[in-house]
Parts: sequence; structure tokens; C-alpha cells
Amino acid sequence: MEMQQFYYDNKIVKNFIYATLFWGVIGMSVGLLLAFMFIFPNLTDGISWLSFGRLRPLHTNAVIFAFVGNAIFAGVYYSTQRLLKARMYSDKLSKINFWGWQAIIVAAAISLPLGITSSKEYAELEWPLDIAIAVVWIVFGWNLIATIFKRRQRHLYVAIWFYLATFVTVAVLHVFNSLALPVGLFKSYSVYAGVQDALVQWWYGHNAVAFFLTTPFLGLMYYFLPKAANRPVYSYKLSIIHFWSLIFIYIWAGPHHLLYSALPDWAQNLGVAFSVMLLMPSWGGMINGLLTLRGAWDKVKTDPVLKFFVVALTGYGMATFEGPMLSLKNVNAIAHFSDWVIAHVHIAALAWNGFLTFGMIYWLIPRMFKTKLYSTRLANIHFWTGTLGIIIYGIPMYVAGFVQASMWKQFNPDGTLTYGNFLETVTEIIPMYWMRAIGGSLFIAGMFILIYNVYKTIRAGSEVQDELAESVPLQKLTGRRLVGEGFHTWLERRPVQLTILATIAILIGGIIQIAPTLLVKSNIPTISSVKPYTPLELEGRDIYIRESCVSCHSQMVRPFRSEVERYGEYSKAGEYVYDHPFLWGSKRTGPDLMRIGGKYSDSWHFNHMYDPQSTSAGSIMPGYKWLITDEHDRSKTEQKMRVMVKLGVPYTAEEIANAHALMDAQATMIEQNLYSDPDFVRTYEADKKYAEENGMDFVEMRNREIIALIAYMQRLGTDIKVKDPKLTSN
Amino acid sequence: MSVIYVLLTISIIVALVFFVAFIIAVRNGQFDDDYTPSVRMLFDDELITDKDVKAKTSTINNKQEK
Repeated sequence: MEMQQFYYDNKIVKNFIYATLFWGVIGMSVGLLLAFMFIFPNLTDGISWLSFGRLRPLHTNAVIFAFVGNAIFAGVYYSTQRLLKARMYSDKLSKINFWGWQAIIVAAAISLPLGITSSKEYAELEWPLDIAIAVVWIVFGWNLIATIFKRRQRHLYVAIWFYLATFVTVAVLHVFNSLALPVGLFKSYSVYAGVQDALVQWWYGHNAVAFFLTTPFLGLMYYFLPKAANRPVYSYKLSIIHFWSLIFIYIWAGPHHLLYSALPDWAQNLGVAFSVMLLMPSWGGMINGLLTLRGAWDKVKTDPVLKFFVVALTGYGMATFEGPMLSLKNVNAIAHFSDWVIAHVHIAALAWNGFLTFGMIYWLIPRMFKTKLYSTRLANIHFWTGTLGIIIYGIPMYVAGFVQASMWKQFNPDGTLTYGNFLETVTEIIPMYWMRAIGGSLFIAGMFILIYNVYKTIRAGSEVQDELAESVPLQKLTGRRLVGEGFHTWLERRPVQLTILATIAILIGGIIQIAPTLLVKSNIPTISSVKPYTPLELEGRDIYIRESCVSCHSQMVRPFRSEVERYGEYSKAGEYVYDHPFLWGSKRTGPDLMRIGGKYSDSWHFNHMYDPQSTSAGSIMPGYKWLITDEHDRSKTEQKMRVMVKLGVPYTAEEIANAHALMDAQATMIEQNLYSDPDFVRTYEADKKYAEENGMDFVEMRNREIIALIAYMQRLGTDIKVKDPKLTSN
Repeated sequence: MSVIYVLLTISIIVALVFFVAFIIAVRNGQFDDDYTPSVRMLFDDELITDKDVKAKTSTINNKQEK
């Protein structure tokens, strides 16, 4: 049989590597800035688009979807071509994939600091970007599957299986979690409310970890580790077994993010059981990777690429042991909402995703530029600064988690909380936050060493944009059905048709299921005293969402004595029926706000938002000065209410028509309450007079953003404080 | 809570898709040989080797030197 010559596309791989490095620096730098904001809370004082709440989603999105995302594409585009012995199906699709993805990241980097966010973790981007993501993702999948279709190697190596699972599952998760009704171009409300929204979000959130941070990286590991060590994977059979078991089990584990919440017990236990099972396939991957190096450990001593891979696999093993452990209810009771989880995710992200990416780049760059790595010494220095960075980041965060969680739960003999003031539990762990910032700095320093090394290597090498290769073509079978061939037998050798049909099958099921759920009234136990938010509170809630208060404050009191004592009555599912989206949160850097309503005066909130340290000495919350001064845009209130009605919130036509009158009345009342503070009266009247004298526009206090936020805060959790809440069902 | 039935349905459908893919893969003989693939992927089929490029760049360098 004649040999065919063809070219591998190296240019697309190179572009994705550059993007990985660029966005890696951006994403990690934002993370480092955030780490320093724990120590110097007012580092970016008064600059709304550099405030903690707005930057936190930028950090997570940048490192997950920009840094890791581009690394996935780089590795997949390189290895797929070689494993299938074919150039990517279409250079045009590759380019759309690359530039589309970068455009989305740029749009995210602009929109998130502007406060355009859905507030759902790792899915913060608003609906136009969600659609763009879906389109680019499908382009990627199309390119991948079509390349499989024209492959010259009939056998699909295990890495390809991992890539396919990644494509299919991420597409489904993304679409179903992002379903929302738009209010305008920059604002939408999740179609799910409260408990339902939480469940869908963490079904997505957990599987984003599974199918964006884990399965594609396992695929990369199965390609680049054997290549770098130049020996076959320890057990190919194990890789197949652990692939199929991993993808089957992963998708069920989501509810472990909602233990002790208002989610029904059976669903919680289902999540726990699958999470514990997940240990086996996860460790299957780690063991298979580490044992591939058996008899080659001498190479690990000298080759920085393998060193990075070994730490990556170790980090993966640690994180996937910790995951099932954290899913146990008794462990979760301590760890949830604390810095333990921050340690857990960073061990996984910095070691597994970060180090695997670094190792891959150190291996790829010299190979693609036909030269030697500029400096092995520098790569070793990067390895050690990075490893040290992970350790100095991780250990203090574990300690911080244990310390804070145990302080939250301690009681005096007389039954009162030992640390009744939440702030005591915060100031205690400030030294740990210092250590974390130092560890993070080291990790980023390593990143710069990598970039320098890559730059020098490329300068010394010569680029081969299209790499010549040759292989025997795949024996062609006709695309039509052969005589006597059944439909399905034919389908089995037509990957494109098979995938299209499978996707249609998924969508039909999804639509049939989702439509009735949206139309049929929800069967969450309703509480008669729980009423929709007033128009002003609804607007205040949108400010709460815009500023991502949910990054640091939960709204979920778990049924523990220590939490009920500290915050008040534990949360009921029925209290969240009008919450589109839910705002339970996943971290308590500050106290829970579920029952904050009525605890403090309007004046206290006003002063606290302006300068948190003035009301709470030692607080690490930044000031939100722009809320105090900015005029509140209430032009879309009626439209927002109408969208809410479509989602099942019972606003009457009259309420919508009178929205502005209702808002003015409630705002005026809050303004009057603020007048009880003599300091406020003095400065406010002075401002007013100054504006009058200088002929400047003056925004009345009742028309400013802070008023709406105070209205929302004072409403939180008060609905069931009404004596004798009546449960109408359940 | 009703949304959990949607999620279970989607999860089961995704699992079924993977299961069908698995069965098809087995039937196609994808997993008949669990040794060769792990070795085969180690071989490079690139025709431009380090040596070629080095030779090329060295000739260029030589020319420049002259």
C-alpha cells in the first residue's frame, strides 16, 4: 500500500500555547491581587471595577477557561493529529476555535469587572457570551470529530476517548445550567429558582471540574507522559477501565456541594455514595500515570518535564482522595464554607492543571521549534519555586480552614458561642492569608521563568508551521451501506452521523423533560408568609449580584446548633422560591447573611458599606463607596418584574404598573431612617448645599444605589420571622 | 425539587450515550488489543527531524559566516 504524505498543523498549537501563557499570567495575577486584598482590604479603594467581588469571578474564569482552556486546546490539537495520523479536519474551524475562544475571554475580562454577571459560580458570564461559548465549543467538537472521521489510524488511543467525553459532556452541562430569560443584553435571570437553581448549578459546577479540569487533562497525561518518558503507559487496560468508570460515576457526584442544605436527604446521600466510589477510577488514573515511570525514575531525576508530571499526578491523587473525603457529611460539616475548600481546589488547580500544563509546554516547545530547551536549569528552578509555592499556598489554607471552622463551632459552658463575633475568627487567620499570598507570588514567579525560557528557546529554534508526516491511509469503506449491512452497523463506522444522532437524542430527552418542569408549578414546600421581593428589594438584589457579594457571604444557615445560635433559624427550601438565581454561596469569608434583615439599623448598613472598618474594627471587607454616591438606574424595573412573572413570581399587573411609586415610597422611608444619624445629616446636607451653590446636579439619597441594597439586606430572611410560619405542604 | 428529575434524566441519557459508545467501541474491536496501541503512540511519523533542521540551519550559518 502506498504511503501518504501530509502535514500536521503546528501553528494552531503554537497559538494556543502563547494564549495559555498570556492568560495564565493575567489570571494568576488577578488571583494574587485578590490574595493581597485579604490583607489590605482597601487596596483598590473606591474603584468599582477593581473591587474584590468583581475580580473574583474574573480570576476563576481566567484560570479555568482561559489558562487551562487554552492549554487543553493546545494539547488536544497537537496530540489528536498525531494519534489519528491526520491534519485537523479544517484549518478554518481551528482558527474559529482559537479566535472565538480568545474573543470570549476578552469579553469576559471586560464584562466581569463591569459587574455584568449571572453570579452562578464558574458560569458567571451573561447570556450573549454563553451562546458564543456554546457555538465555539461546538466548532471545536465538530473539528475533533471530523478529524476522527478522516483518520489514518483506525484504533482510537485512550486520550481520544477522554477528549470526546469532554466535548459531549461540557456541551450538555453548559447549555442546561445557562438557561436564563434575558432582561436586556447584559442581564438575565436564571430559569431555575432557589433549591432547583442550586442543584442545577452544582450539577454543572462539579462536572465542570470533572469534564473541563479532569478528563481533558487525563487525556493529555495519557499522551504526553508516555511520550516524555518514552515508554508505554503502565497498563492500557487499566486506562480503558478507569476511563469508562470515571465518566459514568462523575456526573452523579454534584449534590455533595449541597450537604446539610435544603436539598432532600436522598439526593444528598446519592451524591455522597457516588463521590466515595469516584476514588477508585480517579486513583486508577494516578496509579497508571505514576507506574508508567517504573524503571524510568532515573529520568525523572534529570528531566524537568517528568518532574512536573510527577508532581501533577501527585496533586491529582491528593485532590481526588480529598474530594471523596470532603463529600462525607461529617467532614463536610467542618470544611464547607471554610478555607479548606480553597486549599483543596488550589492543590488540584496549581499542581494537576498548572504543572501538567507546564510540563507539556516544556516538552512541546523544543519539539515544535526543532531545538533544545534553552535552559534545563531554569526549568528546574521553575519546578522548585512552583512546588514550594503550592506547599506554601496549600498548608496555611488547610490550617486556616481548620482553625476558623473550629472557632465557628466552639461553645462556652453556659451555652453561648466562644467566638460570638465573627470577626474574631477572621483576624485569627490573617497570618495564614499572608502565607498564601507569598506562596502565590512564588507560583507566579515560576510562570515568568517559564515564559523567559520559552522565549529564549523559540529564538534559538526554527519554526515548522506545517510538519510533514507520512502514514498508510485507512482502508476506505464506502460511505453508503454495504449489501446486507444493517443501519446500525453502518452507523457504527460513521462517527459524524453517530454523534449528530446521539446529540439529537440527548436534546429530545432534555426538552421533553425541561419544558413541563418550567410550565408545571414547582413542588417545593411553599411557605405562605414568603412573598416576592418588592420592586426596590429586587433592584437591590441585582446590585448584590452585580457586586458579587455572594463570593464572600453565604445565604444558607445549616441546621447546626452553632449556626442557628450565630445566625438564627436554619434555612428552609421554601424561603428561596423567588430567588432567580439562588445566592447560597460557597464560602464564608464574611458571616452568613441569610438572617441579616432587621439585625442592624439602616444607618449601620450605610456606614458599613461606606467604610466597613468604621463599624467593624479589623474587618477585611472593602468599602463600596460608589454605591453611596451613584444614582440608581431604575429604568428596567418593570421589565425585570415582567420577566420574573414569566418565571412564576406572582407580581400583579398593578404592582408592575405602580413599581416606581412603590420604590419611591420604600426609598423615602429608608432615607428618613438615615436621618437619625447626625453625622449623616451633617455631611449629606453639606454636600447638597455645595452642589446647589455650584449649580451641580444633585442626586437625592433616596435615588442612590445604596438605598436599594439596604432595602434588600433588611428584607433577607425576615419572611419567616413573622410569628407562626404556616407550612402549606410537606 | 422537580428539577432533580431533569438532571437525573440528562445524567442517565449522557451515561447511556457513553454506554452505547462503549458497546460500539468494543464491537468495533477498539479494545481487542490492549498492548500495541500503548506502544504505537510512541513512534513519531514526522519526516522533519531535529537533524534535518540542524543541518539546514548550520548550512545557513555557514553561509553567513562566509
